[in-house]
Amino acid sequence: MTPHFLTRTLDRSATIFILIVAAVGIVLPLLNLLLPADSPLQVPTYLISLFGKYVCYAILALSIDLIWGYCGILSLGHGAFFALGGYAMGMYLMRQIGSRGVYGNPVLPDFMVFLNYKELPWYWYGFDMFWFAALMVLLAPGLLAFGFGWLAFRSRVTGVYLSIITQAMTYALLLAFFRNDFGFGGNNGLTDFKDILGFNIQADGTRAALFALSCLGLIGAFMICRFIVTSKLGKVLIAVRDAESRTRFLGYRVESYKLFVFTLSACMAGVAGALYVPQVGIINPGEFAPGNSIEAVIWVAVGGRGTLVGAALGAVVVNYAKTVFTSGALAPYWLFMLGALFILVTLLLPKGIIGTVNAWLDGRKARDNANADSAEAEDGIIKPDLEKA
Amino acid sequence: MVAAELTAIDPQVAAREAEARQKRITSAQLYLDGVHVSFDGFHAINNLSMVLAPGEMRAIIGPNGAGKTTMMDIITGKTKPDEGDVYFDGTHDLTLLDETEIAKLGIGRKFQKPTVFESQTIQDNLLLALNVDHSVRGTLFWRGSRGEAERIDRVLETIRLTDARDSLAGNLSHGQKQWLEIGMLLAQDPKVLLVDEPVAGMTDVETHQTAELLKAINRDNKTVMVVEHDMTFVRELGVKVTCLHEGTVLAEGTIDDVSQNDRVVEVYLGR
Repeated sequence: MTPHFLTRTLDRSATIFILIVAAVGIVLPLLNLLLPADSPLQVPTYLISLFGKYVCYAILALSIDLIWGYCGILSLGHGAFFALGGYAMGMYLMRQIGSRGVYGNPVLPDFMVFLNYKELPWYWYGFDMFWFAALMVLLAPGLLAFGFGWLAFRSRVTGVYLSIITQAMTYALLLAFFRNDFGFGGNNGLTDFKDILGFNIQADGTRAALFALSCLGLIGAFMICRFIVTSKLGKVLIAVRDAESRTRFLGYRVESYKLFVFTLSACMAGVAGALYVPQVGIINPGEFAPGNSIEAVIWVAVGGRGTLVGAALGAVVVNYAKTVFTSGALAPYWLFMLGALFILVTLLLPKGIIGTVNAWLDGRKARDNANADSAEAEDGIIKPDLEKA
Repeated sequence: MVAAELTAIDPQVAAREAEARQKRITSAQLYLDGVHVSFDGFHAINNLSMVLAPGEMRAIIGPNGAGKTTMMDIITGKTKPDEGDVYFDGTHDLTLLDETEIAKLGIGRKFQKPTVFESQTIQDNLLLALNVDHSVRGTLFWRGSRGEAERIDRVLETIRLTDARDSLAGNLSHGQKQWLEIGMLLAQDPKVLLVDEPVAGMTDVETHQTAELLKAINRDNKTVMVVEHDMTFVRELGVKVTCLHEGTVLAEGTIDDVSQNDRVVEVYLGR
């Protein structure tokens, strides 16, 4: 929009973050595609897909941080929005298979033929078109979040009660999607994808492009979040987080603010899910598991709640650790380690990695300023312990 | 200010205002009649009736549990009365509105425990309190204006926190938080200010300054209702006093009349 908007949105750490993500999004695919397979710097395609997965998780973490870190809404069901976005993309990819399925039916996906569907259910109409699927990636999670939030926030359901009903929501969806007659492939979900927009989904080039797109998605989500939290609306969100009733008494319609960020956050989670599915090659009801949503909250807590960079970093760090530990001898103990990590972070780093670093930097700056100011006279009313920023 | 003048000469608005004046059931700024509230059988407010004239300042005293804060909860929409009428400006039935709508009508409130946004700067606290566009869209695309900045500067001047404008509200002393909250009320620019225990935790000097500040606000044609225990402070305000007890009005009058009232003495000193 205007330079004003850019300077506000892009402070130094935000710019550094965007540059790093952009560099990763460009360099890794190039190292994958251009270098010969025997070069030591060649990045294998499986790593590209793995990192692509982390980037999608980072978008999900941002969406959670926007509502939890800035508005105090602890959603323990955000995995549901992620999965819905993923299913919308999965439905498009299923329709792209066409007659190349095992049963060779040009319209019905394999699982429908297997389950004796006579015709395509109405809610699968339109998913053969990418634009429609892309729209649904936003609309399905967005509308669910809007309806859910409209009921919950108007009734002033807050705190732990809200967290519990978000858990119930994702669990209910888990059970629904498990059912074969629900029309989304039941237990097995949607898989065996072939093409996306005409490109072979297994090809290295497609994988690299999807990774680059995910990085672009992360940058976009980050910019949107930054724009929001640095606007006056961001200040209102923090006000709601810290003193909700005070905000009401100032004449703010708190439920509208909550509904806005909750819906936006759900759409963002949906986009993350849509980018995730073509890279992992499957979407099944397991993505709705309540544990997934809780894990995503842990990423944010580890990285630093209320710091956007922290949320993204937390998602990557925890998932990298998960990859390392679950592929070795320690695999059976991963959940214990995750639990221990959460407890340790809560006890020792309540502000998360980035939050702790920021607090340390601020403290150092304040000490420097205090030393510089100590010669100045004190104001009659202002206590000397007020640090001037 | 300009906006107010413009609306005043708009014939449609003028007609609507004239109509509203005719519909007024009372000329009072704040009107409570026969209000009852009970929580699980406990009668917090019992047949409470009180009238505040426009531009009046009123001090409310009363022992703990007299219903002072509950009364403010009713006026601001936090608590709905079981019975009785509560009118603002003689036209708005406050029992039908919620906190946000009542705040938008022009009733501001300072809480007993100072409630400011601790993790934000003093300046941002005041910015949030300004009575400008409070819609989601308006705040998302908000851009500061000179007028707003000047209003914030004026309020900072009034509450003597200009030098601390960029520090976090959480770093303020208790007394300064009280002032910041009064400052937020000023930024909100309401017609009626409900001020709950403004001098708790203040030094004598600060208490005196607060009394002066409230008097200045009242001179600015604002209706003010102050709940306070500090009798020196109430005396300094020099306004009509209402003593509440067990959710109803026990006595009303000057501070001397009220403090010499036998029943008030009995309630305060115990029987």
